[in-house]
Amino acid sequence: MEIALKYLIVFLVGGTFSFIAQVVIDKTKVTPARVLVTYVCVGVFLSAIGVYTPLKEFANAGASVPLTGFGSLIAEGVRRAVDERGLIGALTGVFSLTSGGIAAAIVFGFLASLIFSSKPKR
Amino acid sequence: MKKQEYIEYVEDRAKKSPIVKNCICAFSIGGLICIIGQIFLDLYSFWGLEKQDASTLASISLIFLTALLTGIGVFDNIARVAGAGTLVPITGFANAISSQAIDTKSEGYVLGVGAKMFTIAGPVLVFSTISGVLYGVIYYICTVIWG
Repeated sequence: MEIALKYLIVFLVGGTFSFIAQVVIDKTKVTPARVLVTYVCVGVFLSAIGVYTPLKEFANAGASVPLTGFGSLIAEGVRRAVDERGLIGALTGVFSLTSGGIAAAIVFGFLASLIFSSKPKR
Repeated sequence: MKKQEYIEYVEDRAKKSPIVKNCICAFSIGGLICIIGQIFLDLYSFWGLEKQDASTLASISLIFLTALLTGIGVFDNIARVAGAGTLVPITGFANAISSQAIDTKSEGYVLGVGAKMFTIAGPVLVFSTISGVLYGVIYYICTVIWG
């Protein structure tokens, strides 16, 4: 029962992030690229003011899988690095927690381009 | 109901329904992708990985699946229905890179794939870096002032 509730929260919170973006796209004709940029920056901001970490504890993957979660990882990495090393941490911490995802996206993207060819657009 | 009223009513419905439908699709598919992420996360935690590593590996798994589904042409079909549902999760970032990489293959690997895979992912990285560094500087100043 507890697991069902946990998964329900993941679904609802993750769905809400997508829902908000869809409303913005449909209502304002903002391009998807801008939505991605905005979401990541919002994630950094929400993490900076201390809102996102509790949300991640509450919603788990519902908060960490959306791109706001990517932004919050950047903020978290920066905060830890500044705590450890001072001001230079503002630069060294940016990708300390996110490099796994970025490297994976680049490597798998590159491998996909080696294996697959583009399909004609329908 | 008068004829004019009826026409207005129909037009009103016709305009609204795709937005409602889009939002429901985005909500449910976005939520579903997060559930898949949670399944990966729980599985990796169950296998004894630390929480941070399990979370990173769950994201990497979603990125891998996205690149694969983009390559075989399935992702586009899902994205057409899902809209923001596939865009907002990490799958949107991964798809932006892999679809650009595949599409620009004909322009060569250095200036095609290597450069253009960042057409959409590049701005994301630029602005997330800038906001992250800005936060780091502000946070540092705060720690200096308040200890």
